[in-house]
Amino acid sequence: MAGRKSKTATAAKPKRQAKAGGKTAAKANPARSKNDRAIDHVVAAAKSIKKSAVKAKSKQSTASQSPSMGGIHDELERLAAYIDAAKAEIAAIRPHDVKEEYLPSASDELDAIVEATADATNTIMDSCEMVEGVIGQVEAEVSNALTDATTRIYEACTFQDITGQRIGKVVKALKNIEDRIDALLQTFGDEEFKPKRNKAKATPKKTTVTDEDLLEGPQLGDKAKSQAEIDDLLASFD
Amino acid sequence: MAVDMNMNVLIVDDYKTMLRIIRNLLRQLGFENVDEATDGTQALEKLKESGGDFGLVISDWNMEPMTGIELLRHVRADDKLKHIPFIMVTAESKSENVIAAKEAGVSNYIVKPFNADTLKSKMVSVLGDF
Repeated sequence: MAGRKSKTATAAKPKRQAKAGGKTAAKANPARSKNDRAIDHVVAAAKSIKKSAVKAKSKQSTASQSPSMGGIHDELERLAAYIDAAKAEIAAIRPHDVKEEYLPSASDELDAIVEATADATNTIMDSCEMVEGVIGQVEAEVSNALTDATTRIYEACTFQDITGQRIGKVVKALKNIEDRIDALLQTFGDEEFKPKRNKAKATPKKTTVTDEDLLEGPQLGDKAKSQAEIDDLLASFD
Repeated sequence: MAVDMNMNVLIVDDYKTMLRIIRNLLRQLGFENVDEATDGTQALEKLKESGGDFGLVISDWNMEPMTGIELLRHVRADDKLKHIPFIMVTAESKSENVIAAKEAGVSNYIVKPFNADTLKSKMVSVLGDF
C-alpha cells in the first residue's frame, strides 16, 4: 500500500504546479524562470486538451467529437502516415547495405588510391634521386638540363599530397553519412530495417555471368589476384 | 648578410612524400642540412632540443596532433625560438588562414601545389639572397 500512497503523492505534485501555472502565478512570483513559465503554459494546454477530451467523451452517444479533439486526431493520423512513409523510403534504400557494404567499400577504394599514388610517387622519386646521383659525372650543360628536369618532376610529385588531402575529405564525408545512417537506424529502430532473409523466397543463385557482372574495375588488396595466380589459373585450362 | 647555406632547416609535414619532395628541392637549392618532423609536437621537440639552432622552419598546416599554426604560435612564444623564420606550406588557401598565420607571426606563406621557383623566392624574401 505504501507504493500506492507514494503514487498518489507524486500525482498530486504536478496538479499543484499546474494550478499555480497561470499568468497570475507567474506575476505573483517574478523569480520564476522563463522555463518554469513555459512549462506552465504546456501544462495549461494539456489541461485544456484533457477538458476537451472529457467533453468529447460525454458526447460520444451523439457520435460527434469536439472540433479540437477531431483536429488533433487528424493531425496525429497525418503524422503517423508521414512517419510510415518515411520508414518505407528508408527501408527502400536498404540502409544496412549502404552502411555495411557500399560505404566501407568506397572508403577502401579511396584508401587504395592514396596508397597507389604514394607508391608511384616514391618510385618516381627513387628514379630522380638515381639520376641526381650521377649528375656530377656528366658535362655541365647536360647536368643543368638534368637538374631542371628532376626539379620539374619533384614539383609535379606534389600532386600526391593534394590528392591525398582531397580524398581524405571525401572519406570524412562518407564517415559523416555513415554516422547519420546510424542515427537514423537508432531513431526508427534498427530491427525495422534489417534485411529480411527469406530462405524460401531467396533469389536463386545466378548460373550465368553477364559482361556487366565482369566489370568491377581493379580489385583491392587481398581480393586482387597476383599475376602468378592468373598464370596458374590460365595454366589450369591446358 | 649572406645566407648561411649550412644552416639547419626543419621541414614539417605528415606526408612522408612531401617531406621527401621538399628535402630534394632544398638540396637542389644548396641546403643539405635538413631535418624532418611529421607533426607540430615532434617539430617543437626538435626545435627545443636544438636550443633554437635552426635557420628556417618550413611547415605544413594540417597535421595531428599539433597543427602548423599551433607550432608557429609555440615557436613565437618561446624566447629561444621566436627568431626562427617560419614558412607555412599548405593547401589551406582561404584568406582567413593567411590572416591567422600572419597574426601568429608567419614569415611567409606558400600554397600547395607549389614549384621550386616559388619556394626559392619565398626563402629569399625571408632569408635574403642566396
